[in-house]
Amino acid sequence: MKARVVVTLKSGILDPQGKAIEGALKSLGVEGVASVRQGKVFDVEFAGGDANAAKAQLQTACEKLLANTVIENYRIEL
Amino acid sequence: MKTAVVVFPGSNREGDMARALKQATGREPTMLWHADHELPAGTDLVVLPGGFSYGDYLRCGAIAGRAAIMDAVRAHATRGGLVLGVCNGFQILCESGLLPGVLMRNANLRFVCRMQHLKVERNDTAFTRHYARGQTIEVCIAHGEGNYEADDATIERLEGEGLVAFRYCDSAGNVGGDANPNGSRNDIAGIYSEKRNVLGLMPHPENLIDPLVGGTDGRALFESLASAA
Repeated sequence: MKARVVVTLKSGILDPQGKAIEGALKSLGVEGVASVRQGKVFDVEFAGGDANAAKAQLQTACEKLLANTVIENYRIEL
Repeated sequence: MKTAVVVFPGSNREGDMARALKQATGREPTMLWHADHELPAGTDLVVLPGGFSYGDYLRCGAIAGRAAIMDAVRAHATRGGLVLGVCNGFQILCESGLLPGVLMRNANLRFVCRMQHLKVERNDTAFTRHYARGQTIEVCIAHGEGNYEADDATIERLEGEGLVAFRYCDSAGNVGGDANPNGSRNDIAGIYSEKRNVLGLMPHPENLIDPLVGGTDGRALFESLASAA
């Protein structure tokens, strides 16, 4: 079973990398960009097929390692 | 004073740290590996040195913060034992939960490697008693992620309880402004834990212990520690 974890910066946290990317997009002539925030995506494959169990494990993974909850939010997609 | 330095895959300042500890305490530190589970009996001070543990993968210090040895470091800190984290060591302390907050990418997105002045906020701790209160010292910095960030409540608590250890300043001792190299909140360069037995800082005092390399302002930190136990 495949799962995806998306980690994003909490709103209000300054994202200098996102800002730099935003500037680069503008200089490339990509129009209409109001802002860019950079995040991370983790594709995780589970051996079994139990979605509830996988979700619980991913929750643990996010809290313990994948996200720093001081500055980041996470979303689990199964 | 019995000291130990934890080496993670990718640490690179452990040699400098060992030299500074030996100079101040007269004894070689024990070098520990990240996969060890215990500190040597009677360890007074554990040091997490600078470097790029695990290649800075995921987040700086994130994987090292969950290494096997960190349970022993946490237990040592809970007992009131002394812990020092420098640069990547500071990042590891934040990621492991031993210190609050997080070190983010420098606000100007550049890796900064240069000499830097710091203001010593207080001199009544195990780490700073050989400095004067408010003293300006010159050490060096070398980091890409030293931008200290925490939520407002945490910053308020750090300030209110006197847990800020060092702030970035210029040679005249003026804190902040252009002297802040990375955008850190309140110009914070280092912080203490609640009981002030854990110190994390981005600058490298261990590199300023010999006149040969341009200064000795880092020495007092290690001499303070040497006289602490």
